[in-house]
Amino acid sequence: MANGSGRPLSPHLQIYKFEWTMALSITHRITGVGLAVGTLLLTWWLVAAAAGPDAFARAQKFIGSGIGLLLMFGWTWALFYHLANGIRHLVWDAGYSFELKNAEKGAYIVAGASLGLTILAWIVGLAVW
Amino acid sequence: MSANLSNKSLRTPLAEVRGLGSAKYGTEHWWHQRLSAIALIPLTVWFVFGVIRHLGADHAAFTAWLQSPFSALMMVLTIGVTFHHAVGGLQVVIEDYVHNEWAKLAAIIAVKFLGFALAAAGIIAVLKISFGA
Repeated sequence: MANGSGRPLSPHLQIYKFEWTMALSITHRITGVGLAVGTLLLTWWLVAAAAGPDAFARAQKFIGSGIGLLLMFGWTWALFYHLANGIRHLVWDAGYSFELKNAEKGAYIVAGASLGLTILAWIVGLAVW
Repeated sequence: MSANLSNKSLRTPLAEVRGLGSAKYGTEHWWHQRLSAIALIPLTVWFVFGVIRHLGADHAAFTAWLQSPFSALMMVLTIGVTFHHAVGGLQVVIEDYVHNEWAKLAAIIAVKFLGFALAAAGIIAVLKISFGA
């Protein structure tokens, strides 16, 4: 892959051996983009509530529909994942936990926490619904 | 931006580049993403609890929630910081993957405009409910 400058390029993805920390890294970005798309539903929800009971009932009906629940489940996990992995990033930003062993331990914690919190939120959510 | 580095200039090369580096605002974007990330930790926890408590709620219950000044404050902060963080993040994603200069510029402008418009719509909606419309 040439960049036209004639200068050497740094090695790209296909050069490196796959590590799970790589999967977490790209997942952070994918969940971030997914959550940004989810702000459309958040805005609809709030604007519908401001518009009145009929508009709000339509938004609530969509959220409660099959596709709505599927989207909400995905966004719940994406939110908890991005939250947990975001905290992992903040720990790195503070200068801690760079060793490979700790990076992998953090990956397990983030994966476990995001799944656990998603299931917990849905158990509580369905109980109060 | 365009420093005149041709031989015709009487200014020294150092004078041409002084002040053009990233030393001034280079970390601004990075810092704003971290600042908003830290703010979003408590805001997200509050938001998740709020959403769970109002799943399937009727209009009266939902508006009663946002008519409390604390809830309105938290929701306005959540919207503002969320869009600030989302637009900043999307900008980096676009800069990483869109290499055509015009397409990149168009995508960033579109994301910024849409982000501001959605944030404004959300905040106005909360304020309308909060002030009892």
